[in-house]
Amino acid sequence: MAGAEATIAAGRRAAGERRLRPYLWFIWPALIVSSALIIFPWIFTIWMSLNDWHIGSKQVFVGLDNYLNLLTNRRFLESIGHTIYFTVLAVALPMVLGTMAALVFHKKFRGRGFFRTLFIMPMMATPVAVALVWTMMFHPQLGVLNYLLTVVGLPPSQWVYSTTTVIPSLVLVEIWLWTPFVMIIVLGGLASLPTEPYEAALIDDATQWQMFWNITYPLVLPFLVVALIMRTIDALKVFETIWAICNGGPGTASEVLNIYLYAQAFAYNQVGTASAVVMVFFAIIVALSLVLLWARQKAKWS
Amino acid sequence: MIRRPITRRRALQGAAAFSGLAAPMLNTVTTYAQSGAFNWQRFKGQTVEVLMETGPRADLMKKYQKEFLDQTGIKLGIEVIPEQQARQKVAIELNSGKPSFDVFNFAFHVQKRQFEKAGWLQDISPWLKDPQMMPAEYELGDVSKMGMGFATTSDGQINALPILCDYFMVYYNKELFAKKGVAFPKTMDEMMVAAGKLHDPAAGIAGFVGRGVRNANVVLWTQMLSGWGQETITNTRPLKLLTDTPDAIASAEYYKKMLSSYGPKGVTGFNWNEAQGLFMQGKAAMWVDATGFAAPVEDKTKSRVVGKVGYGLPPSGPKGHGSVTFGTGMAIPKAAAHKEAGYYTMLWMTGRAMAGRMLQVGGGIPFRTAPLKDPAVLSTLTVPKEWAECAAGCAPLSMSGLPVIVPVTEFRDTIGTALTNLLGGADAAAEMKRATAEFQPVLDKSEAS
Repeated sequence: MAGAEATIAAGRRAAGERRLRPYLWFIWPALIVSSALIIFPWIFTIWMSLNDWHIGSKQVFVGLDNYLNLLTNRRFLESIGHTIYFTVLAVALPMVLGTMAALVFHKKFRGRGFFRTLFIMPMMATPVAVALVWTMMFHPQLGVLNYLLTVVGLPPSQWVYSTTTVIPSLVLVEIWLWTPFVMIIVLGGLASLPTEPYEAALIDDATQWQMFWNITYPLVLPFLVVALIMRTIDALKVFETIWAICNGGPGTASEVLNIYLYAQAFAYNQVGTASAVVMVFFAIIVALSLVLLWARQKAKWS
Repeated sequence: MIRRPITRRRALQGAAAFSGLAAPMLNTVTTYAQSGAFNWQRFKGQTVEVLMETGPRADLMKKYQKEFLDQTGIKLGIEVIPEQQARQKVAIELNSGKPSFDVFNFAFHVQKRQFEKAGWLQDISPWLKDPQMMPAEYELGDVSKMGMGFATTSDGQINALPILCDYFMVYYNKELFAKKGVAFPKTMDEMMVAAGKLHDPAAGIAGFVGRGVRNANVVLWTQMLSGWGQETITNTRPLKLLTDTPDAIASAEYYKKMLSSYGPKGVTGFNWNEAQGLFMQGKAAMWVDATGFAAPVEDKTKSRVVGKVGYGLPPSGPKGHGSVTFGTGMAIPKAAAHKEAGYYTMLWMTGRAMAGRMLQVGGGIPFRTAPLKDPAVLSTLTVPKEWAECAAGCAPLSMSGLPVIVPVTEFRDTIGTALTNLLGGADAAAEMKRATAEFQPVLDKSEAS
């Protein structure tokens, strides 16, 4: 009996395959496009990263040398440090501020729509244009920021012109630019929350803080994690603002991975080294995404 | 990041196909032209694609292209791109073997060694000797030795024509000097003292301004280094960096002291345009940079210091007296489609008449002496005569400001980072030694390959 069932099942499968076969051709366009646009460049990048390849001279296969050189390259290692420093600040602060803003804008008050629109304006602007405006504001003599500091009696700062303050100053731009983005996501989450738990909490005389911490926060957590993932990936990949404001300087004080990569590929024409950096960068992003996706699973309502 | 996988063979095939296409046409033209001597109309009817970096040369070329068309019957397709992007485009397209341009301009101190090692440029030395290809009016003999030196490769080919040279000079604000009763400094020590007297942060005035931003700052430092009579690398191969010698460290100390004590706040972010901006606002007493800025500084619509600017030779240092010099040239790729017509375009652009026009508008100094002495040119200068005299005075002081190597951008970034760190308070000896140790292997590798 069992054998007969298997035969029938096999027969069915065969029939299914026969029925599908003419349609298999339809896979080809997608397959060709994705191998041409994704898989080929990918494999080619791996290949380039294994070669000593400088535009204008012969390429030489060097195995893992490019990677080993990176391991001892001070500038590369520092750029990883800068990337982490920048990412932590540029993720954490917009997350906190964005959540707070979302809580405020979730309340009903006069002109809420108008202020919400105003608040998300920065996000709509082009990062390079924003960066240029900030560059002017950071200017140590003519900038408005130092003027404001002197008005309230504080000493002027060097902002992006000093190695110690450059990254926090850049984070300031990121906060201004991306807090609205976090706010929008969290606001969407808040709008979808049920009202019953709050009613129950009110009956139990809970404080505002207790309601936030025990109800709002756990319920909105999945949205926070989504915002966190997107912000983290964006912050890791930061390029335009830093490039436009200070070019990775002063010196190499704000050189993040992407800027280092750009210098290797397009300023020094070191295609091999640049490809190796791409691979390392890619590995970091994938690893981090996996961690974050795992966190997202954890944060799901169960 | 994705490079078209064009092999050397494919590139050669492409080039061969191109020249194969062009050859019959050229033959007919040549037979026609053999009847006379040099003839501007010889390559009539062709269209030449030109890639120019943004700047006064590109503007001049656009302005006078009609004249060139009337004179030669060659039509120009001019593409103008900012310097950095143009350099990338040129490298990538030449490497691909199918450049979209027949003629382009480039900086000898940045790209020369790369082009020469890759063998991308057409050797034009036979044409320079051929009376059919070299008109007397070009005055080849008047092109300075240094210019021709820039255009000559290490194996003796000539693969470019020099168009412009840039010396470093001192721009100074005569009004501020007079107010503080300071005389223009003759030595670098005097310059430091003068900067101290002129520096007045309360009034928002910097005693000295110059490039502080990574990469660009290297040339200001090499200008100071020339005061110690030294350049950045040895003249003989194998090339050794000279950026951590006692003299190099002393000049780095000088750079650090000058900019951090008497420079404006935030000078670590200054390139030439920020420095120019401050100087034109009348907020800086001295500015050391290349010769090409007289035009904007004397432009009433942009500058507040018109008529108050003095132009002086760089002061002499404890061990030498130099003015670092940079050259720009024009060249034809080996793979170009219209080499002969492209060469004519070069002759016109780098020739006597256009050199005079470039000088007149303060767009730069040609690698020629005649226009600098030509009363017809000098009488129509749109910038002060003092500027032209100063530039002529820089010529005998000329020293190389950057090494002629392939990874020159990386050199500038590495040394430039050290210099920027100095402005942040780091120790000169430690920084220069570290940067030198970091860059020497890169240099060795590039010379070995």
